[in-house]
Amino acid sequence: LTLCWFFYLAIGHHIPIYTQCLILVISNKESAAQQKGLLIFGVVLSVLLQETFRFAYYKLLKKANEGLLTLSQEETMPISIRQLAYVSGLGFGFMSGAFSVVNILADSAGPGTVGIHGDSQHYFLSSAFMTMAIILLHMFWGVVFFDACEKQRWWAVGAVVISHLLVSCLTFQNPEYVASLVPTYVILFLMGVWAFYSAGGSLKNLKLCLTCKDKDLLLANHRPR
Amino acid sequence: MAVFLHHQNQQEANRSPDSTQKPQETGVPRVRSRGGSAAGAGAGTGGGGDSGGGGGGNGTSPEQNGQPPAAPAPRVVEREEEEDEELTLKYGAKHVIMLFVPVTLCMVVVVATIKSVSFYTQNDGQRLIYTPFPEDTDTVGQRALNSILNATIMITVIIVMTLVLVMLYKYRCYKVIQGWLFLSSLLLLFFFSYIYLKEVFKTYNLAMDYVTLAIIIWNFGVVGMMCIHWKGPLRLQQAYLIMISALMALVFIKYLPEWTAWLILAVISVYDLLAVLCPKGPLRILVETAQERNEPIFPALIYSCKMDNILVMSHSPTRRLLFKPNWYLFSAPLASPVPSSPSQDDGGFTQSWVSQQEHRLGPLQSTDETRREIQQMPSARPPVEEDDEERGVKLGLGDFIFYSMLVGKASATASGDWNTTLACFVAILIGLCLTLLLLAIFKKALPALPISIFFGLVFYFATDNLVRPFMDKLALHQFYI
Repeated sequence: LTLCWFFYLAIGHHIPIYTQCLILVISNKESAAQQKGLLIFGVVLSVLLQETFRFAYYKLLKKANEGLLTLSQEETMPISIRQLAYVSGLGFGFMSGAFSVVNILADSAGPGTVGIHGDSQHYFLSSAFMTMAIILLHMFWGVVFFDACEKQRWWAVGAVVISHLLVSCLTFQNPEYVASLVPTYVILFLMGVWAFYSAGGSLKNLKLCLTCKDKDLLLANHRPR
Repeated sequence: MAVFLHHQNQQEANRSPDSTQKPQETGVPRVRSRGGSAAGAGAGTGGGGDSGGGGGGNGTSPEQNGQPPAAPAPRVVEREEEEDEELTLKYGAKHVIMLFVPVTLCMVVVVATIKSVSFYTQNDGQRLIYTPFPEDTDTVGQRALNSILNATIMITVIIVMTLVLVMLYKYRCYKVIQGWLFLSSLLLLFFFSYIYLKEVFKTYNLAMDYVTLAIIIWNFGVVGMMCIHWKGPLRLQQAYLIMISALMALVFIKYLPEWTAWLILAVISVYDLLAVLCPKGPLRILVETAQERNEPIFPALIYSCKMDNILVMSHSPTRRLLFKPNWYLFSAPLASPVPSSPSQDDGGFTQSWVSQQEHRLGPLQSTDETRREIQQMPSARPPVEEDDEERGVKLGLGDFIFYSMLVGKASATASGDWNTTLACFVAILIGLCLTLLLLAIFKKALPALPISIFFGLVFYFATDNLVRPFMDKLALHQFYI
């Protein structure tokens, strides 16, 4: 079931990209500087669209889950909202990362020289790190977002959106990788900790989990009906 | 193609006379998506049965032929209905996943081959005999016209084939049909895999002598024939079915020109949709004939992911689509092989084969009769043990072929390369999910092919034209969204 949702969500992530590209294509015939400006505008719009879709997914999944629950008449939900948050984030991250990096990967297998025209030599490496950060970030954002929606904490939702925008804007400085990668990883770490706590983790849990002592805690995510 | 969700025990219990049952509902939670109509393409989804706890039957008496009536019919039916619904929803997702794996594998094989072996993307100037109009013309208009004509010819051929199949079935030429199927899978397993292996060796510059090659192909083919037509380990059979679907999709990708291929995909989806949802069609005649005679319809070549052992259906070879390329390849440059059925023009082979396919593909709508018939074990087949909670999902191979063909074409011809391929892949899987979901919701016969192909096509063209420039620019500057 998890995998199933995962795929749905993965595809859903495409949608904002498509709408984004549609908008861009329409406004296409500008000069070079305007192109870059347009691209930046496109990126911002795309980020906002993604977050909107994340919210839409939250609503959709919640409804579907409830529907499933009433239909199956079971005690517990077949899949908890936290699992859904994780899967949703993972789906988003997977598709986002795949779209960003798969062409680069394919090219990296072929003949060529990195940065032969004077661009950075570390193109592939930085792309790889950035993609990893983005995927993990999407996962964390998903968890935090869903949790915030559940608890009606709208400031947290806003924080997620703003951090997404921030990360995307950081990539605008990209040939200077220090300026973009380091803050991104800092944000990644912070979001990770936040997601961990909002998913119900704590230092105690962590210790118990790592020493494999308490199995019941791991099942705590399943809410009784 | 066909997607079957079996629920064996339900079937038995639901056999009881049930005049209140609607034809579409089946006691048997059988989700059946059938590919293509008589034309032999496409998949129809026989939805009915998911929560059809209610008796399997239409309530007409022929329904119960051969099936022992269950004793307390209505109550059993109701209870089973609820159970079915729950179970369907619970297990539906599991079955969806079980279908994801083989479909993904098939696509992966096709894409990997397309990307590495250049043979399948080369334009040798060879065409199938049924797409005679070339596409390298001077003007765009001419090209469009040619591709439309090609697609029309192909669809007409498919329709004719199906009609022939129905005729053959009506006049009880079972041996002919079976022989056809046997010969076609023979061709597929030996000839096409030989070509495939040859091209792979060429690509990787491996030397191999003919003797070793002959031994390899011989073993591969014979084991394949045994697995598909007779008995074999489930995994091996699944692997063979995936391999032959991939081979067929590769043949399609190679020999169909670009615009023709997209048009054919679109037309076949539409045709499938029409054929399944409209009340008339050769396949319906087929079903009704089979019903009258109370015979099991030969199951088509179907991929089965049985949870337990058993059953059925996976024994019949090939889909009509599998047959088609054989036909083309035969008719075009080669002489036709020894025809198993005498009176056909081009090697008879294909037509009855195709009709057999059609015939085997069975009804587009899975009524209770058809379900029952198919679930019945013909005496000729080895006995099947049925467990109590036996569930299995079966998907027709034509679906595999068309899905893989779409993804393969996308990876072969798109300039956006991997993004497009990935997008089409995900689109098809989503289509498959949605189809099964719709099936569970509507409990009606629905075609499986159209939704996936539609999504696939939409995503292909959207990605190639809209997303690619954007993503390219983003990647150039290393912007991340």
